[in-house]
Amino acid sequence: MNEATGTSGGGSAAIEIEGLRKSFGELEVLRGIDITVRRGEVVCVIGPSGSGKSTLLRCVNLLEEPTSGTVCVAGTEVTDPEVDLDRIRRRIGMVFQAFNLFPHLTALGNLTIAQRRALGRGKAEAEEVARRNLRRVGLTEKETSYPAQLSGGQQQRVAIARALSMGPELMLFDEPTSALDPELVGDVLAVMRGLADDGMTMLVVTHEMSFAREVADRVVFMDDGLIVEEGPPEQVVGDPRQARTRAFLSRVLDPAAAEVLEGSEEPSAEQPEGEGVTQPGSPPPQRVDTVRDRKGVRKQHPR
Amino acid sequence: MTRRNRTRAIRTAQYGVLLIVVLVFALAADWGELRRAFFDVEVAKKQFPDVITTALVNTVVYTVLGFVFGLALGLLLALMRLSQVLPYRWLAIAYIEFFRGVPALLVFIALGYGVPVAFQVSINQYVTVMLALGLVGAAYMAETIRAGIQAVPKGQTEAARSLGMSPTWAMISIVIPQAFRIVLPPLANELILLTKDSSLVYLLGLSLDQYELAKFGRDALNQHRSLTPILIAGLFYLAITLPLGHLVRRLEARTAKAR
Repeated sequence: MNEATGTSGGGSAAIEIEGLRKSFGELEVLRGIDITVRRGEVVCVIGPSGSGKSTLLRCVNLLEEPTSGTVCVAGTEVTDPEVDLDRIRRRIGMVFQAFNLFPHLTALGNLTIAQRRALGRGKAEAEEVARRNLRRVGLTEKETSYPAQLSGGQQQRVAIARALSMGPELMLFDEPTSALDPELVGDVLAVMRGLADDGMTMLVVTHEMSFAREVADRVVFMDDGLIVEEGPPEQVVGDPRQARTRAFLSRVLDPAAAEVLEGSEEPSAEQPEGEGVTQPGSPPPQRVDTVRDRKGVRKQHPR
Repeated sequence: MTRRNRTRAIRTAQYGVLLIVVLVFALAADWGELRRAFFDVEVAKKQFPDVITTALVNTVVYTVLGFVFGLALGLLLALMRLSQVLPYRWLAIAYIEFFRGVPALLVFIALGYGVPVAFQVSINQYVTVMLALGLVGAAYMAETIRAGIQAVPKGQTEAARSLGMSPTWAMISIVIPQAFRIVLPPLANELILLTKDSSLVYLLGLSLDQYELAKFGRDALNQHRSLTPILIAGLFYLAITLPLGHLVRRLEARTAKAR
Protein backbone atom coordinates (compact mmCIF):
# COMPACT_ATOMS: atom_id res chain seq x y z
CA MET A 1 0.00 0.00 0.00
CA ASN A 2 2.68 2.41 -0.94
CA GLU A 3 0.14 4.89 -2.29
CA ALA A 4 -0.88 5.87 1.19
CA THR A 5 2.41 6.63 2.81
CA GLY A 6 0.51 7.54 5.91
CA THR A 7 1.15 10.02 8.61
CA SER A 8 4.90 10.12 8.17
CA GLY A 9 4.68 13.86 7.58
CA GLY A 10 3.56 14.30 11.14
CA GLY A 11 1.11 17.14 11.56
CA SER A 12 2.12 19.16 8.49
CA ALA A 13 -0.70 20.49 6.33
CA ALA A 14 -1.90 18.60 3.27
CA ILE A 15 -4.41 21.31 2.34
CA GLU A 16 -4.37 24.90 3.52
CA ILE A 17 -7.17 27.17 2.38
CA GLU A 18 -7.30 30.83 3.31
CA GLY A 19 -9.97 33.41 2.56
CA LEU A 20 -11.40 31.38 -0.30
CA ARG A 21 -14.17 33.09 -2.23
CA LYS A 22 -15.88 31.92 -5.39
CA SER A 23 -18.60 33.60 -7.40
CA PHE A 24 -20.53 32.42 -10.42
CA GLY A 25 -21.69 35.65 -11.98
CA GLU A 26 -23.78 37.41 -9.37
CA LEU A 27 -24.00 34.38 -7.13
CA GLU A 28 -21.34 34.14 -4.43
CA VAL A 29 -21.07 30.46 -3.61
CA LEU A 30 -18.09 30.56 -1.24
CA ARG A 31 -17.91 33.60 0.99
CA GLY A 32 -14.59 33.31 2.75
CA ILE A 33 -13.49 29.82 3.72
CA ASP A 34 -10.51 29.01 5.93
CA ILE A 35 -9.69 25.39 6.50
CA THR A 36 -6.61 23.25 7.05
CA VAL A 37 -6.40 19.52 6.50
CA ARG A 38 -3.40 17.82 8.11
CA ARG A 39 -1.57 14.91 6.53
CA GLY A 40 -3.34 11.65 7.22
CA GLU A 41 -6.47 13.40 8.39
CA VAL A 42 -9.98 12.50 7.20
CA VAL A 43 -12.24 15.53 7.01
CA CYS A 44 -15.90 15.21 6.11
CA VAL A 45 -17.80 18.24 4.79
CA ILE A 46 -21.53 18.17 5.39
CA GLY A 47 -24.27 20.67 4.75
CA PRO A 48 -27.41 21.33 2.76
CA SER A 49 -27.43 21.42 -1.01
CA GLY A 50 -26.21 24.69 -2.41
CA SER A 51 -24.04 25.39 0.60
CA GLY A 52 -20.89 25.33 -1.56
CA LYS A 53 -19.41 22.00 -0.41
CA SER A 54 -18.70 20.67 -3.89
CA THR A 55 -17.36 24.01 -5.09
CA LEU A 56 -14.97 24.07 -2.13
CA LEU A 57 -13.71 20.61 -3.11
CA ARG A 58 -13.36 21.57 -6.76
CA CYS A 59 -11.33 24.63 -5.79
CA VAL A 60 -8.70 22.40 -4.17
CA ASN A 61 -7.58 20.96 -7.53
CA LEU A 62 -8.67 24.05 -9.40
CA LEU A 63 -11.46 22.47 -11.44
CA GLU A 64 -13.01 25.74 -10.32
CA GLU A 65 -10.81 28.79 -10.24
CA PRO A 66 -11.26 30.69 -6.96
CA THR A 67 -12.35 34.30 -7.26
CA SER A 68 -10.01 35.20 -4.41
CA GLY A 69 -8.09 33.58 -1.60
CA THR A 70 -5.28 31.02 -1.61
CA VAL A 71 -5.23 27.23 -1.74
CA CYS A 72 -2.05 25.35 -0.86
CA VAL A 73 -1.66 21.62 -1.39
CA ALA A 74 1.31 19.96 0.31
CA GLY A 75 3.09 23.30 0.54
CA THR A 76 2.53 24.29 -3.11
CA GLU A 77 0.19 27.16 -3.81
CA VAL A 78 -2.21 25.89 -6.49
CA THR A 79 -3.79 29.31 -6.91
CA ASP A 80 -0.44 30.71 -8.07
CA PRO A 81 -0.81 31.34 -11.83
CA GLU A 82 2.80 30.28 -12.37
CA VAL A 83 2.25 26.79 -11.01
CA ASP A 84 2.21 23.65 -13.18
CA LEU A 85 -1.36 22.60 -12.54
CA ASP A 86 -1.10 19.20 -14.24
CA ARG A 87 1.81 18.27 -12.01
CA ILE A 88 -0.09 19.18 -8.85
CA ARG A 89 -3.28 17.46 -9.95
CA ARG A 90 -1.35 14.21 -10.32
CA ARG A 91 -0.82 14.35 -6.56
CA ILE A 92 -4.52 14.94 -5.82
CA GLY A 93 -6.94 12.09 -6.45
CA MET A 94 -10.52 13.06 -7.17
CA VAL A 95 -13.66 10.94 -7.09
CA PHE A 96 -16.86 12.34 -8.61
CA GLN A 97 -20.50 11.84 -7.80
CA ALA A 98 -21.22 10.66 -11.36
CA PHE A 99 -18.05 8.44 -11.44
CA ASN A 100 -16.92 9.94 -14.77
CA LEU A 101 -15.26 6.73 -15.87
CA PHE A 102 -14.08 6.75 -19.49
CA PRO A 103 -16.77 4.67 -21.24
CA HIS A 104 -14.60 3.78 -24.24
CA LEU A 105 -11.93 2.11 -22.09
CA THR A 106 -11.98 -1.06 -20.00
CA ALA A 107 -11.53 -0.89 -16.24
CA LEU A 108 -7.83 -1.55 -16.76
CA GLY A 109 -7.66 1.08 -19.51
CA ASN A 110 -9.32 3.61 -17.21
CA LEU A 111 -6.60 2.98 -14.64
CA THR A 112 -3.64 3.02 -17.01
CA ILE A 113 -4.41 5.87 -19.43
CA ALA A 114 -3.43 8.75 -17.14
CA GLN A 115 -0.44 6.87 -15.76
CA ARG A 116 0.83 6.55 -19.30
CA ARG A 117 -0.18 9.96 -20.68
CA ALA A 118 0.49 12.06 -17.58
CA LEU A 119 3.17 10.16 -15.68
CA GLY A 120 4.86 8.67 -18.74
CA ARG A 121 4.89 5.18 -17.26
CA GLY A 122 5.40 2.22 -19.57
CA LYS A 123 2.59 -0.19 -20.36
CA ALA A 124 3.84 -2.97 -18.11
CA GLU A 125 4.42 -0.75 -15.12
CA ALA A 126 1.08 1.04 -15.53
CA GLU A 127 -0.77 -2.27 -15.74
CA GLU A 128 0.98 -3.63 -12.69
CA VAL A 129 -0.02 -0.56 -10.66
CA ALA A 130 -3.54 -0.76 -12.08
CA ARG A 131 -3.97 -4.41 -11.14
CA ARG A 132 -2.73 -3.73 -7.63
CA ASN A 133 -5.31 -0.99 -7.22
CA LEU A 134 -8.13 -3.03 -8.74
CA ARG A 135 -7.31 -5.71 -6.17
CA ARG A 136 -7.39 -3.08 -3.48
CA VAL A 137 -11.00 -2.19 -4.33
CA GLY A 138 -11.94 -5.84 -4.78
CA LEU A 139 -12.49 -5.82 -8.55
CA THR A 140 -9.61 -7.91 -9.87
CA GLU A 141 -11.95 -10.00 -12.02
CA LYS A 142 -13.43 -6.90 -13.74
CA GLU A 143 -10.30 -5.59 -15.43
CA THR A 144 -11.56 -6.31 -18.95
CA SER A 145 -15.08 -5.00 -18.28
CA TYR A 146 -16.28 -1.71 -19.74
CA PRO A 147 -17.95 0.79 -17.40
CA ALA A 148 -21.38 0.09 -18.92
CA GLN A 149 -21.02 -3.54 -17.84
CA LEU A 150 -20.45 -2.62 -14.20
CA SER A 151 -22.92 -1.70 -11.46
CA GLY A 152 -22.84 1.80 -10.05
CA GLY A 153 -20.99 0.65 -6.95
CA GLN A 154 -18.40 -1.18 -9.04
CA GLN A 155 -17.96 1.85 -11.29
CA GLN A 156 -17.30 4.08 -8.32
CA ARG A 157 -14.76 1.62 -6.93
CA VAL A 158 -13.00 1.56 -10.31
CA ALA A 159 -13.02 5.38 -10.19
CA ILE A 160 -11.37 5.26 -6.76
CA ALA A 161 -8.79 2.78 -8.04
CA ARG A 162 -8.17 5.04 -11.04
CA ALA A 163 -7.38 7.96 -8.75
CA LEU A 164 -5.18 5.76 -6.53
CA SER A 165 -3.18 4.55 -9.53
CA MET A 166 -1.62 7.98 -9.81
CA GLY A 167 -0.19 7.55 -6.33
CA PRO A 168 -1.87 10.64 -4.89
CA GLU A 169 -0.91 12.24 -1.60
CA LEU A 170 -4.50 13.12 -0.85
CA MET A 171 -7.95 12.23 -2.10
CA LEU A 172 -11.01 14.39 -2.72
CA PHE A 173 -14.42 12.71 -2.69
CA ASP A 174 -17.37 14.66 -4.08
CA GLU A 175 -20.52 12.94 -2.80
CA PRO A 176 -19.17 9.57 -3.92
CA THR A 177 -22.25 7.58 -2.92
CA SER A 178 -25.04 10.03 -3.80
CA ALA A 179 -25.67 8.52 -7.24
CA LEU A 180 -25.74 4.94 -5.98
CA ASP A 181 -28.63 2.65 -5.16
CA PRO A 182 -28.77 2.21 -1.38
CA GLU A 183 -27.63 -1.43 -1.46
CA LEU A 184 -24.45 -0.48 -3.35
CA VAL A 185 -23.34 2.29 -1.00
CA GLY A 186 -21.77 -0.08 1.53
CA ASP A 187 -19.06 -1.45 -0.79
CA VAL A 188 -17.86 2.02 -1.74
CA LEU A 189 -17.82 3.21 1.86
CA ALA A 190 -15.88 0.08 2.85
CA VAL A 191 -13.18 0.92 0.30
CA MET A 192 -13.02 4.48 1.60
CA ARG A 193 -12.82 3.23 5.16
CA GLY A 194 -9.89 1.02 4.15
CA LEU A 195 -8.14 4.02 2.62
CA ALA A 196 -8.63 6.01 5.80
CA ASP A 197 -7.22 3.13 7.83
CA ASP A 198 -4.15 3.11 5.59
CA GLY A 199 -3.57 6.73 6.53
CA MET A 200 -4.70 8.46 3.33
CA THR A 201 -5.47 12.15 3.64
CA MET A 202 -9.10 12.56 2.62
CA LEU A 203 -11.48 15.47 2.12
CA VAL A 204 -14.96 14.04 1.70
CA VAL A 205 -18.19 15.81 0.81
CA THR A 206 -20.90 13.44 1.93
CA HIS A 207 -24.44 12.96 3.14
CA GLU A 208 -23.51 9.70 4.89
CA MET A 209 -23.68 10.77 8.51
CA SER A 210 -22.73 7.37 9.87
CA PHE A 211 -19.58 7.38 7.70
CA ALA A 212 -18.73 10.87 8.91
CA ARG A 213 -19.26 9.85 12.50
CA GLU A 214 -17.23 6.67 12.32
CA VAL A 215 -14.39 7.54 9.95
CA ALA A 216 -13.84 11.30 10.06
CA ASP A 217 -11.27 12.88 12.31
CA ARG A 218 -13.08 16.15 11.85
CA VAL A 219 -16.46 17.21 10.49
CA VAL A 220 -17.10 20.57 8.86
CA PHE A 221 -20.64 21.86 8.58
CA MET A 222 -21.15 24.39 5.78
CA ASP A 223 -24.15 26.53 5.01
CA ASP A 224 -24.59 29.36 2.57
CA GLY A 225 -20.94 29.52 1.52
CA LEU A 226 -19.50 29.65 5.04
CA ILE A 227 -18.20 27.20 7.59
CA VAL A 228 -20.74 27.27 10.38
CA GLU A 229 -19.22 24.71 12.70
CA GLU A 230 -16.29 22.32 12.73
CA GLY A 231 -14.85 19.87 15.19
CA PRO A 232 -14.65 16.18 16.01
CA PRO A 233 -17.61 14.18 14.70
CA GLU A 234 -18.96 13.31 18.13
CA GLN A 235 -19.34 17.03 18.71
CA VAL A 236 -20.52 18.34 15.30
CA VAL A 237 -22.76 15.39 14.48
CA GLY A 238 -23.42 14.16 18.01
CA ASP A 239 -23.85 17.39 19.91
CA PRO A 240 -23.88 20.38 17.54
CA ARG A 241 -23.58 23.84 19.06
CA GLN A 242 -25.04 25.88 16.25
CA ALA A 243 -28.77 26.05 15.66
CA ARG A 244 -28.30 25.70 11.88
CA THR A 245 -26.27 22.52 12.32
CA ARG A 246 -28.91 21.07 14.61
CA ALA A 247 -31.67 21.95 12.14
CA PHE A 248 -29.77 20.33 9.24
CA LEU A 249 -28.95 17.18 11.20
CA SER A 250 -32.49 16.74 12.47
CA ARG A 251 -33.71 16.89 8.87
CA VAL A 252 -31.11 14.39 7.68
CA LEU A 253 -31.32 11.98 10.60
CA ASP A 254 -35.09 12.00 11.12
CA PRO A 255 -36.36 9.69 8.38
CA ALA A 256 -39.78 11.34 8.01
CA ALA A 257 -38.26 14.78 7.67
CA ALA A 258 -35.45 13.40 5.57
CA GLU A 259 -37.89 12.31 2.89
CA VAL A 260 -39.21 15.83 2.62
CA LEU A 261 -35.63 17.03 2.43
CA GLU A 262 -34.69 14.62 -0.33
CA GLY A 263 -37.67 15.73 -2.36
CA SER A 264 -36.59 19.30 -2.17
CA GLU A 265 -32.96 18.40 -2.57
CA GLU A 266 -33.15 16.90 -6.05
CA PRO A 267 -32.36 20.08 -7.98
CA SER A 268 -29.01 20.26 -6.28
CA ALA A 269 -27.60 23.70 -6.75
CA GLU A 270 -24.12 22.27 -6.74
CA GLN A 271 -24.21 20.49 -10.07
CA PRO A 272 -25.01 23.64 -12.04
CA GLU A 273 -22.22 25.42 -10.21
CA GLY A 274 -19.77 23.16 -11.91
CA GLU A 275 -21.34 23.68 -15.29
CA GLY A 276 -21.27 27.42 -14.83
CA VAL A 277 -17.71 27.67 -16.03
CA THR A 278 -18.55 26.82 -19.59
CA GLN A 279 -21.15 29.53 -19.84
CA PRO A 280 -19.62 32.46 -18.08
CA GLY A 281 -21.87 35.37 -17.38
CA SER A 282 -25.19 33.65 -17.60
CA PRO A 283 -26.35 31.97 -14.41
CA PRO A 284 -26.71 28.28 -15.27
CA PRO A 285 -30.25 27.01 -15.71
CA GLN A 286 -30.39 24.79 -12.67
CA ARG A 287 -33.35 22.64 -13.50
CA VAL A 288 -32.20 21.66 -16.96
CA ASP A 289 -28.71 20.83 -15.79
CA THR A 290 -30.04 18.77 -12.95
CA VAL A 291 -32.22 16.77 -15.27
CA ARG A 292 -29.28 16.09 -17.51
CA ASP A 293 -27.14 15.17 -14.58
CA ARG A 294 -29.77 12.79 -13.25
CA LYS A 295 -30.00 11.20 -16.64
CA GLY A 296 -26.26 10.95 -16.83
CA VAL A 297 -26.19 9.25 -13.50
CA ARG A 298 -28.93 6.86 -14.38
CA LYS A 299 -27.23 6.05 -17.65
CA GLN A 300 -24.30 4.71 -15.74
CA HIS A 301 -26.44 1.94 -14.31
CA PRO A 302 -26.47 -1.04 -16.62
CA ARG A 303 -29.82 -2.35 -15.43
CA MET B 1 -71.73 2.27 -42.34
CA THR B 2 -69.91 0.84 -39.35
CA ARG B 3 -66.43 1.99 -38.55
CA ARG B 4 -64.93 -1.34 -39.55
CA ASN B 5 -66.76 -1.33 -42.89
CA ARG B 6 -65.67 2.19 -43.61
CA THR B 7 -62.02 1.35 -42.90
CA ARG B 8 -62.29 -1.62 -45.19
CA ALA B 9 -63.89 0.43 -47.98
CA ILE B 10 -61.20 3.10 -47.81
CA ARG B 11 -58.44 0.54 -47.98
CA THR B 12 -60.09 -1.23 -50.92
CA ALA B 13 -60.37 2.10 -52.74
CA GLN B 14 -56.66 2.80 -52.18
CA TYR B 15 -55.63 -0.59 -53.56
CA GLY B 16 -57.99 0.01 -56.49
CA VAL B 17 -56.36 3.33 -57.39
CA LEU B 18 -52.94 1.76 -57.23
CA LEU B 19 -54.02 -1.08 -59.49
CA ILE B 20 -55.50 1.31 -62.07
CA VAL B 21 -52.33 3.44 -62.16
CA VAL B 22 -50.15 0.39 -62.61
CA LEU B 23 -52.39 -0.96 -65.36
CA VAL B 24 -52.41 2.36 -67.23
CA PHE B 25 -48.63 2.49 -67.18
CA ALA B 26 -48.30 -1.16 -68.18
CA LEU B 27 -50.64 -0.77 -71.14
CA ALA B 28 -49.43 2.63 -72.27
CA ALA B 29 -45.71 1.83 -72.15
CA ASP B 30 -43.93 0.56 -75.19
CA TRP B 31 -42.24 -2.45 -73.62
CA GLY B 32 -40.16 -3.34 -76.58
CA GLU B 33 -38.77 0.17 -76.78
CA LEU B 34 -38.08 0.28 -73.03
CA ARG B 35 -36.38 -3.08 -73.07
CA ARG B 36 -34.18 -2.05 -75.96
CA ALA B 37 -33.23 1.23 -74.24
CA PHE B 38 -32.63 0.01 -70.70
CA PHE B 39 -32.12 -3.74 -70.80
CA ASP B 40 -30.14 -4.38 -73.93
CA VAL B 41 -28.35 -7.60 -73.05
CA GLU B 42 -25.78 -7.26 -75.85
CA VAL B 43 -24.81 -3.74 -74.71
CA ALA B 44 -24.82 -4.84 -71.08
CA LYS B 45 -22.40 -7.69 -71.83
CA LYS B 46 -19.97 -5.28 -73.47
CA GLN B 47 -19.73 -3.22 -70.28
CA PHE B 48 -18.11 -6.06 -68.38
CA PRO B 49 -15.55 -6.43 -66.98
CA ASP B 50 -14.45 -2.78 -67.46
CA VAL B 51 -17.36 -1.37 -65.49
CA ILE B 52 -16.04 -3.22 -62.44
CA THR B 53 -12.28 -3.31 -62.95
CA THR B 54 -12.04 0.34 -63.99
CA ALA B 55 -15.17 2.32 -63.18
CA LEU B 56 -16.26 0.81 -59.87
CA VAL B 57 -12.70 0.59 -58.60
CA ASN B 58 -12.02 4.22 -59.51
CA THR B 59 -15.22 5.43 -57.86
CA VAL B 60 -14.25 3.66 -54.66
CA VAL B 61 -10.65 4.91 -54.82
CA TYR B 62 -11.69 8.54 -55.46
CA THR B 63 -14.26 8.42 -52.66
CA VAL B 64 -11.86 6.92 -50.15
CA LEU B 65 -9.14 9.43 -51.04
CA GLY B 66 -11.54 12.32 -50.64
CA PHE B 67 -13.02 10.93 -47.44
CA VAL B 68 -9.70 10.34 -45.70
CA PHE B 69 -8.38 13.77 -46.60
CA GLY B 70 -11.71 15.39 -45.73
CA LEU B 71 -11.85 13.62 -42.37
CA ALA B 72 -8.36 14.78 -41.40
CA LEU B 73 -9.04 18.34 -42.53
CA GLY B 74 -12.49 18.24 -40.93
CA LEU B 75 -11.03 17.21 -37.57
CA LEU B 76 -8.49 20.02 -37.80
CA LEU B 77 -11.23 22.52 -38.65
CA ALA B 78 -13.42 21.26 -35.80
CA LEU B 79 -10.57 21.76 -33.33
CA MET B 80 -9.89 25.23 -34.76
CA ARG B 81 -13.58 26.01 -34.47
CA LEU B 82 -13.39 25.18 -30.74
CA SER B 83 -10.04 26.90 -30.19
CA GLN B 84 -9.51 29.59 -27.58
CA VAL B 85 -7.64 31.58 -30.22
CA LEU B 86 -10.14 33.83 -31.93
CA PRO B 87 -8.47 34.02 -35.40
CA TYR B 88 -8.49 30.19 -35.60
CA ARG B 89 -12.22 30.21 -34.94
CA TRP B 90 -12.73 32.86 -37.61
CA LEU B 91 -10.68 30.93 -40.15
CA ALA B 92 -12.60 27.73 -39.48
CA ILE B 93 -15.97 29.44 -39.69
CA ALA B 94 -15.02 31.22 -42.91
CA TYR B 95 -13.82 27.97 -44.46
CA ILE B 96 -16.88 26.01 -43.43
CA GLU B 97 -19.35 28.65 -44.58
CA PHE B 98 -17.54 29.07 -47.90
CA PHE B 99 -17.29 25.42 -48.89
CA ARG B 100 -20.77 24.58 -47.65
CA GLY B 101 -22.24 27.47 -49.58
CA VAL B 102 -20.43 27.01 -52.89
CA PRO B 103 -21.50 24.25 -55.32
CA ALA B 104 -19.07 21.31 -55.40
CA LEU B 105 -19.13 21.67 -59.18
CA LEU B 106 -17.46 25.06 -58.91
CA VAL B 107 -14.72 23.70 -56.66
CA PHE B 108 -14.02 20.96 -59.19
CA ILE B 109 -13.80 23.40 -62.07
CA ALA B 110 -11.54 25.69 -60.07
CA LEU B 111 -9.19 22.83 -59.18
CA GLY B 112 -9.39 21.03 -62.51
CA TYR B 113 -8.91 24.01 -64.84
CA GLY B 114 -8.36 27.09 -62.73
CA VAL B 115 -5.36 26.09 -60.69
CA PRO B 116 -3.32 24.50 -63.54
CA VAL B 117 -4.02 27.47 -65.82
CA ALA B 118 -3.47 30.18 -63.23
CA PHE B 119 -0.37 28.69 -61.63
CA GLN B 120 1.11 26.88 -64.63
CA VAL B 121 1.38 23.64 -62.68
CA SER B 122 0.12 20.17 -63.40
CA ILE B 123 -0.99 18.23 -60.39
CA ASN B 124 -1.30 14.49 -60.21
CA GLN B 125 -4.86 13.52 -61.10
CA TYR B 126 -5.44 11.52 -57.93
CA VAL B 127 -4.18 14.39 -55.79
CA THR B 128 -6.58 16.77 -57.52
CA VAL B 129 -9.46 14.39 -56.94
CA MET B 130 -8.48 13.99 -53.29
CA LEU B 131 -8.27 17.76 -52.83
CA ALA B 132 -11.52 18.53 -54.61
CA LEU B 133 -13.64 15.92 -52.83
CA GLY B 134 -11.86 16.42 -49.51
CA LEU B 135 -12.09 20.21 -49.45
CA VAL B 136 -15.86 20.06 -49.86
CA GLY B 137 -16.40 17.08 -47.56
CA ALA B 138 -14.24 18.62 -44.81
CA ALA B 139 -16.62 21.55 -44.40
CA TYR B 140 -19.53 19.23 -43.60
CA MET B 141 -17.48 16.82 -41.51
CA ALA B 142 -16.00 19.68 -39.46
CA GLU B 143 -19.43 20.71 -38.23
CA THR B 144 -20.36 17.11 -37.49
CA ILE B 145 -17.18 16.44 -35.55
CA ARG B 146 -17.49 19.71 -33.63
CA ALA B 147 -20.99 18.72 -32.53
CA GLY B 148 -19.63 15.31 -31.49
CA ILE B 149 -16.84 16.82 -29.41
CA GLN B 150 -19.30 19.12 -27.69
CA ALA B 151 -21.62 16.18 -27.00
CA VAL B 152 -19.00 14.43 -24.85
CA PRO B 153 -20.01 15.15 -21.22
CA LYS B 154 -17.93 17.78 -19.47
CA GLY B 155 -17.25 15.36 -16.62
CA GLN B 156 -15.01 13.37 -18.98
CA THR B 157 -12.62 16.27 -19.47
CA GLU B 158 -12.79 17.08 -15.78
CA ALA B 159 -11.90 13.51 -14.85
CA ALA B 160 -8.98 13.50 -17.28
CA ARG B 161 -7.70 16.87 -16.08
CA SER B 162 -8.14 15.90 -12.41
CA LEU B 163 -5.82 12.96 -13.11
CA GLY B 164 -3.22 15.44 -14.30
CA MET B 165 -3.56 14.85 -18.03
CA SER B 166 -2.74 17.89 -20.16
CA PRO B 167 -5.57 19.51 -22.15
CA THR B 168 -4.04 18.06 -25.33
CA TRP B 169 -3.89 14.50 -24.04
CA ALA B 170 -7.36 14.79 -22.52
CA MET B 171 -8.62 15.80 -25.96
CA ILE B 172 -6.70 13.12 -27.86
CA SER B 173 -7.22 10.08 -25.67
CA ILE B 174 -10.49 10.84 -23.88
CA VAL B 175 -12.69 13.30 -25.78
CA ILE B 176 -11.98 12.61 -29.46
CA PRO B 177 -12.45 8.81 -29.29
CA GLN B 178 -15.83 9.31 -27.65
CA ALA B 179 -16.76 12.09 -30.08
CA PHE B 180 -16.07 9.80 -33.04
CA ARG B 181 -18.31 7.12 -31.58
CA ILE B 182 -21.08 9.68 -31.41
CA VAL B 183 -20.60 10.98 -34.96
CA LEU B 184 -20.04 7.64 -36.68
CA PRO B 185 -23.56 7.50 -38.19
CA PRO B 186 -23.45 11.03 -39.69
CA LEU B 187 -19.90 10.38 -40.93
CA ALA B 188 -21.05 7.24 -42.74
CA ASN B 189 -23.79 9.37 -44.24
CA GLU B 190 -21.15 11.80 -45.47
CA LEU B 191 -19.37 8.88 -47.11
CA ILE B 192 -22.55 8.11 -49.06
CA LEU B 193 -22.76 11.72 -50.23
CA LEU B 194 -19.09 11.70 -51.23
CA THR B 195 -19.60 8.49 -53.23
CA LYS B 196 -22.14 10.30 -55.35
CA ASP B 197 -20.12 13.53 -55.49
CA SER B 198 -17.21 11.55 -56.93
CA SER B 199 -19.19 11.56 -60.20
CA LEU B 200 -18.11 15.20 -60.57
CA VAL B 201 -14.56 14.07 -61.10
CA TYR B 202 -15.15 14.01 -64.88
CA LEU B 203 -14.80 17.80 -64.74
CA LEU B 204 -11.09 17.35 -64.10
CA GLY B 205 -10.68 15.66 -67.47
CA LEU B 206 -10.04 11.94 -67.25
CA SER B 207 -8.18 9.47 -69.38
CA LEU B 208 -9.92 6.17 -70.21
CA ASP B 209 -8.40 4.22 -67.36
CA GLN B 210 -9.39 6.96 -64.92
CA TYR B 211 -13.13 6.79 -65.69
CA GLU B 212 -15.40 6.34 -62.72
CA LEU B 213 -18.94 4.96 -62.89
CA ALA B 214 -20.85 8.04 -64.06
CA LYS B 215 -18.37 9.01 -66.78
CA PHE B 216 -18.03 5.39 -67.84
CA GLY B 217 -21.81 5.09 -68.19
CA ARG B 218 -22.09 8.35 -70.12
CA ASP B 219 -19.33 7.34 -72.50
CA ALA B 220 -20.94 3.97 -73.19
CA LEU B 221 -24.30 5.67 -73.68
CA ASN B 222 -22.90 7.73 -76.51
CA GLN B 223 -21.15 4.77 -78.01
CA HIS B 224 -24.10 2.34 -78.01
CA ARG B 225 -27.07 4.76 -78.12
CA SER B 226 -28.52 2.82 -75.21
CA LEU B 227 -29.45 3.71 -71.65
CA THR B 228 -28.35 0.29 -70.43
CA PRO B 229 -24.85 1.43 -69.33
CA ILE B 230 -26.45 4.22 -67.27
CA LEU B 231 -28.69 1.70 -65.56
CA ILE B 232 -25.69 -0.52 -64.84
CA ALA B 233 -23.70 2.39 -63.43
CA GLY B 234 -26.66 3.30 -61.24
CA LEU B 235 -26.90 -0.24 -59.94
CA PHE B 236 -23.22 -0.19 -59.02
CA TYR B 237 -23.68 3.08 -57.11
CA LEU B 238 -26.47 1.36 -55.21
CA ALA B 239 -24.17 -1.57 -54.55
CA ILE B 240 -21.94 0.87 -52.67
CA THR B 241 -24.51 3.15 -51.04
CA LEU B 242 -27.14 0.64 -49.91
CA PRO B 243 -24.76 -1.33 -47.64
CA LEU B 244 -23.46 1.99 -46.30
CA GLY B 245 -27.02 3.09 -45.58
CA HIS B 246 -27.62 -0.18 -43.79
CA LEU B 247 -24.46 0.44 -41.78
CA VAL B 248 -25.68 3.92 -40.81
CA ARG B 249 -28.97 2.49 -39.50
CA ARG B 250 -27.15 -0.17 -37.49
CA LEU B 251 -24.77 2.38 -36.01
CA GLU B 252 -27.69 4.61 -35.13
CA ALA B 253 -29.48 1.74 -33.44
CA ARG B 254 -26.33 0.93 -31.49
CA THR B 255 -25.94 4.54 -30.40
CA ALA B 256 -29.58 4.67 -29.36
CA LYS B 257 -29.12 1.53 -27.29
CA ALA B 258 -25.97 2.82 -25.61
CA ARG B 259 -27.80 5.86 -24.28
